[in-house]
Amino acid sequence: MAEYEVVHSKSPVFYPIYERKADLKHQTHYCPGCGHGVVHKLIAETIADLDLQDRTIFVSPVGCSVFAYYYFDVGNVQAAHGRASAVATALKRACPESIVIAYQGDGDLAAIGTAEIVHAANRGENITVFFINNAIYGMTGGQMAPTTLVGQTTTTTPWGRRPVNEGYPLRVCELLATLEAPVYIERVALSDNKNIMRARRAIRKAIELQRDGAGFSLVEILSPCPTIWKMTPTEARDWVAENMIRNFPLGVFRDRRLAMPGNGGPPQRSVAEVLGLTSPSLGTEAPAAATPTDTREWKMKIAGFGGQGVLLLGQILAEMGMREGKEVSWLPSYGPEMRSGSAHCHVCLSSQRIGSPLIEHPNVLVAMNEISLRKFAPSVTPGGLILYNRRTVPADLGVSNVRLLPIPAAELADQLGAAKVGNIVMLGALLELTGALSFATAEAVLQATVKNPDLLALDLRALQAGRDWARQLPREVR
Amino acid sequence: MASEPRGRVQIDPNECKGCGLCIDACPPHCLVFTEELSPYGVHPAHYLGSGCTGCGICFYVCPEPGAIVVYRLSPPPKVISTTEASRAATL
Repeated sequence: MAEYEVVHSKSPVFYPIYERKADLKHQTHYCPGCGHGVVHKLIAETIADLDLQDRTIFVSPVGCSVFAYYYFDVGNVQAAHGRASAVATALKRACPESIVIAYQGDGDLAAIGTAEIVHAANRGENITVFFINNAIYGMTGGQMAPTTLVGQTTTTTPWGRRPVNEGYPLRVCELLATLEAPVYIERVALSDNKNIMRARRAIRKAIELQRDGAGFSLVEILSPCPTIWKMTPTEARDWVAENMIRNFPLGVFRDRRLAMPGNGGPPQRSVAEVLGLTSPSLGTEAPAAATPTDTREWKMKIAGFGGQGVLLLGQILAEMGMREGKEVSWLPSYGPEMRSGSAHCHVCLSSQRIGSPLIEHPNVLVAMNEISLRKFAPSVTPGGLILYNRRTVPADLGVSNVRLLPIPAAELADQLGAAKVGNIVMLGALLELTGALSFATAEAVLQATVKNPDLLALDLRALQAGRDWARQLPREVR
Repeated sequence: MASEPRGRVQIDPNECKGCGLCIDACPPHCLVFTEELSPYGVHPAHYLGSGCTGCGICFYVCPEPGAIVVYRLSPPPKVISTTEASRAATL
């Protein structure tokens, strides 16, 4: 009795069912005869064969393949339009052990994302880019793409693409092959059985090169789009063979190993060294012991006008947190104005890893002006603390369940000699009222960051003034 | 036994979208559209039941990840185990 064994079946790199919609969970959303499905299968097969499923991060583009993350059971990130190769750069640099695949169409890579692909290739990022070229915008209904052929009819070139008006088709492989850094660039086509098997080899080679740390690789795949081309699937495949290949010649445009010159490079220093945290003169060789029992999580929002030292106050708090061994984040938000525009920043201090630096509901709000107070006071969590840069609070503010303390920081700073140190007065009050971080750390950070001795002296007085002001507040309001 | 096809192909009529690329690509021309419509309103491809060589071309031209499964005849075992030998003897 003859025994048959399975030689080709659905790759384990695909999810068993696709959760995108309530029904049709067993099918992709691609049209009959679409090239995307074929390329997906070739990529999945390679990932499975090379045993890279647990290391792969797939960057989906904008376009029909935007939903690739519903199909590939790997790490997935969906990038903003055209930015897949930039996002892939970041992923690869942050996770050098991962295999990062950017998957982009011609509207994505060759139009809105032209800058990103050129620079990713030019930097020789160790990523793999699969460039699906179907010479048209598929998802949006058939507009002209940069790769649309001369004479090709699209909804935006109803009389055919005319070079005099729309220019010539962009040949991405040829363009990128003028750069020094890429190690492998090939153009293949889904035009017939033989070329599909060539595409399979090219896809495999590109991923293998990344696995081996070789550098930037790109495979352009000429791909049919039967629906938008208004053809049957077999006609579309023949159109790739007869028209696309003529305009986009197949072949290997770059295949070489490149050893980037080292030139010595800058001395490698640890983050602590760069930040000056190891300098003995600062007296902070080891981070001051974070009180192990202090598991409070501080979510601070500091808001005011640009120029009030709002962002700087946040940076000082974040650096203090680092020195005390906490997890910290600092996220600034400001308008284009350097002075007098609205500015705020978010500071998280935690004993745990911080999931997001964005704070919607702070438990401490420092409002350096009335606009910020009115804008952010309602978002403070119950039991939270608001420090307001005035002697009195507006009578009609109407917030409850929070401690709202007026601290005339700018006024106190002005009396000390410069209103600009109002943020440091506020820091003194904040530390006194919350106990989140120690004064010794604040002084160490100021000493490390303020170079001008006069200003440092002023800052230290301001810190003390804020502390004193907070101490003299009646016990019941503190 | 000499007429045993080298391969076998199985097409899931619920996953097939009826694009026909496999039918066009199949070297021994052993795939055809079904007469009946699938629940999704297309004529899916199906295997005629003979002629498959197990080459796998249909699998690679098919855009659906799970529509096609290709089987190939296992190579005969090099060493016949005693149980198989005794079973062959009784046949």
